[in-house]
Parts: sequence; structure tokens; C-alpha cells
Amino acid sequence: MAKTPVQFTLNGAEKAEFIDSGATLLNALRDKIGDTSPKGGCHQGTCGACSVIIDGELRLSCLTLAETCNGAAITTTSGLSQGGVLHPLQRAFLDAFASQCGFCTPGMIMAAKVLLDRTPNPTRDEVVEALSGNICRCTGYEPIIQAVLTAARSNSQNAA
Amino acid sequence: MALALQTFSTVKDANAALKAAGTRYLGGGTLVVRAANEGDVSVSSFVRSTEPALSTITVSGSEVRIGASVTMAAIARHPNLAALAHAARAVGGPAIRNMATVGGNLFAPAPYGDFTVALLALGATVGTDDGEVPIETFLAKRESNHAIVTSIGFSLPIDGGLRFLKVSRVKPKGVSVLSIAAVLKQAPDGAVSSAHIALGCMGDRPMRAKAAEKALLGRKLTSDGIAPALAVASDGTSPITDPIASAWYRNEVLPVHLGRLLLA
Ligand SMILES: Cc1cc2nc3c(=O)[nH]c(=O)nc-3n(C[C@H](O)[C@H](O)[C@H](O)COP(=O)(O)OP(=O)(O)OC[C@H]3O[C@@H](n4cnc5c(N)ncnc54)[C@H](O)[C@@H]3O)c2cc1C
Ligand code: FES
Ligand code: FES
Repeated sequence: MAKTPVQFTLNGAEKAEFIDSGATLLNALRDKIGDTSPKGGCHQGTCGACSVIIDGELRLSCLTLAETCNGAAITTTSGLSQGGVLHPLQRAFLDAFASQCGFCTPGMIMAAKVLLDRTPNPTRDEVVEALSGNICRCTGYEPIIQAVLTAARSNSQNAA
Repeated sequence: MALALQTFSTVKDANAALKAAGTRYLGGGTLVVRAANEGDVSVSSFVRSTEPALSTITVSGSEVRIGASVTMAAIARHPNLAALAHAARAVGGPAIRNMATVGGNLFAPAPYGDFTVALLALGATVGTDDGEVPIETFLAKRESNHAIVTSIGFSLPIDGGLRFLKVSRVKPKGVSVLSIAAVLKQAPDGAVSSAHIALGCMGDRPMRAKAAEKALLGRKLTSDGIAPALAVASDGTSPITDPIASAWYRNEVLPVHLGRLLLA
């Protein structure tokens, strides 16, 4: 199978790999680079479990060809904790029981992170809108919405 | 199956590469990569162009030109395109909007193509290296189009703006039951002097509601005034049936939603 080189930063670290030509970013991250935090739920763009942040924008790694990410800065949920300390969103998801089976969680956290990066104090409606491309089959969404609002509050308290 | 991706810095070279059998243009990939993931073996190679003009929005006075690779998110946040923000935000969720392009939306089969419904009501033109054609002509023959769409052009509506409504069962993001866009001009007494109404999901691709447009002329936007237009709203439609709604249902609810949009 034809191989093609890709080079990008993943959670701040330089990555350079030869991948199968036409491979999706999801497959490249999981199977080649070993970051299994983005999940493959539907491979159709519908569930949001594969969400990652590419150059500051939320994207679906299952519908993104890895080759189109050459030179990009990619963030995944596995890059959020620092020195063993959880990111405020991760902490809030744990505390609010917003993660049950956990399959949707990395995608939810990515969607929530781009929201909070741009809108540090979102309204409930803004949280719902930001998470509207992500499906959760366990929680009923309310704990997730509360976790994002809690993380936003703890961020603004830390900043104060 | 291995898929090749060929990237060209010019549209001209990408157009040449697209002539090979099994090649498909790659916009944001939300439909074509999805098809490949689902096992569509008709595509063996993707072609794309990174020519900067494809990703550029230019607004000069009321004239707008949007490059085909511009995403729904870029339109929704553009300060001079507030009139279209609602229609751009109607496409998918946040991640889809960061990927879905205007060019790709022109080819999206029903129940998709919500943004194209707005472009149809605006009377847009579709540009390729071969020239520009009215969007209606383009949509009628889109299967036979083999040239890369480079841009979409239109004039921003002056008074009344662009009215747009997407009806879906899941809020805030859901697939369309139907979508409607209208650009109306009114005389000083309020009578409609020109009407462009476009419908999504009422055929296999966005279409104009020509009978309703005609019936609105000279009428005021009151319940009585729009009644003749609502009575013929479904003329010429052939709605899709899908898991969201049957063709019968779509035809039944079209006049209700068109009425709400016109009276809003
Ligand atoms: C979960 C999900 C939800 C969605 N929700 C909506 C929705 O609510 N409303 C809606 O309208 N759509 C929706 N879509 C469909 C799709 O995302 C949009 O229609 C989008 O605009 C398609 O654009 P794209 O750039 O991703 O197209 P691509 O997948 O890249 O391409 C689609 C087709 O157009 C052709 N093409 C693309 N660009 C060009 C060009 N410049 N010149 C020539 N040919 C070109 C491609 O070859 C292909 O055949 C959804 C899709 C998914 C997966
Ligand atoms: S795996 Fe990408 S959206 Fe479901
Ligand atoms: S926690 Fe199980 S899908 Fe969301």
C-alpha cells in the first residue's frame, strides 16, 4: 500500500510518520501515532467521538484526511493534563459524573475546550450549541452541560 | 482500499487531474470522505486545490464573492455577511461547520444543501474556470459538472434581507425536515414587488417555489395577503421520503412553515 509522509505537532510535540495514502487523521492518530483518545464511533461525522482541535478549530478526525494536516497544530484530549494534574474540564467531568462509559468524553471535552477558549463564561445555551455535534448515549447530557459550566466558573475564579 | 490524495496549488492543474477516472474533488470532505469510509469504491483518488482565491471572501458594496472552499463557520462569523449567518449556522454542528464548504454544499443531496437554498433565493451565480452560470442552471445539471467550482457570487439583499428557516426535529442541530429561504422586495405600500422563494428537501435538490412567488406579487404580507401563495406552495414539488419525514408530511407542513416565514 502506498505510503505518504505527514508532519504535524500533536499536543505540542513534533510528529513525523509515513501513513497509508488516504488514511483519515483518526486512523493515523490511533493506529500509527498511538494516541487513542479520539474514538471511532460512526466514521460518518455523526457522533463527534473523534473530535480533535486542528489549528484552534474543532474538527472531525474521521472525515479529515491525515495528509491535509501537514504543518498543523493538533490538540487531543490526551494532551490536556499537565504533569499529572487534570485539566479543569477533565476534573469537572469526573466530579459531575459527566462520563459514564466514557466513549463520548474525549470528543465532548474537545468541543467544550474550543468553546471555553473563545467564550470563557458561556451561557447554558452556548454550551448546548457547542456540544450539539456530539452524541452521548449514557448521561442524558445534563451532567455534561453542568460540568462545562462548572469548569468555566472554576477557570474564571482562578483568573480572578 | 487505498485512496490517493493529489494536492495542486492551482485550480487549472487540479481540473486537469480531475479528468482521470475514479477521481473526485475534495472540499471539506464531510460527504466524500464519509462515502469512502462507508465503502464507496467508485472513488480511488481525491483531488484538491489550495489556490488562495478558493478560500477568500470579498465584499465590495453589496456585491459578494465567496470562494468555494470557504467554510460555513467562516461565513457565519464574517462581519459583512450577517444576513447569511443564520443559513450558514443551519448546517450541521460546530465541527461540521468548520469543515463543510460552500462548494460542497452545492452538490449535497437532500436532506442536505441548506445553505444552497439560501444561495438559490439570492439568485447567486456559480463560477468555474469556464465562466459563471446562474445557480438554478447549475443545480439542474450538477451531475454533469466536471469542473471545480471556484466561487459563488451574489448581491446582498437591500431591504427585508434574506429570510431563512430550517425545520428540524432535533434542536439545536438536526437534519432538515425542510428549509426555506426568501428574498422579497416590497413597494412603499407594503405590496410585494418581487419574490424569490427557495425550498430544500422538497425535491432531490433545492428548488424555487415559482407558483408561490407569482401568487405573492402585488400582495401584502398579511394572513389574507399570503393565503394564495400558501395554497400553491407545493406546486411542482417532489419531496424526499427519509427517516426524518415522508414526502406526504413535507408537503403538508410546507405551507405552515412558509406562512410563518412570510409573516415573521
Ligand atoms: C453529521 C453531518 C451533518 C450534516 N448536516 C448538514 C446540514 O444540516 N445541512 C447541510 O446542508 N448539509 C449537512 N451535511 C452535509 C455536508 O456537511 C454539507 O452539505 C457540506 O457543505 C458539504 O461540503 P463539503 O465541503 O464537506 O463537501 P465534500 O464532501 O468535500 O464534497 C461533496 C461533493 O461535492 C463535490 N465538490 C466539493 N467541492 C467542490 C468544488 N469546489 N467544485 C466541484 N465539486 C466539488 C465533491 O467532489 C463531492 O462530490 C452534514 C454532513 C454530516 C456528516
Ligand atoms: S467517528 Fe467521527 S463523528 Fe463519529
Ligand atoms: S458517557 Fe457513554 S456515551 Fe457518553
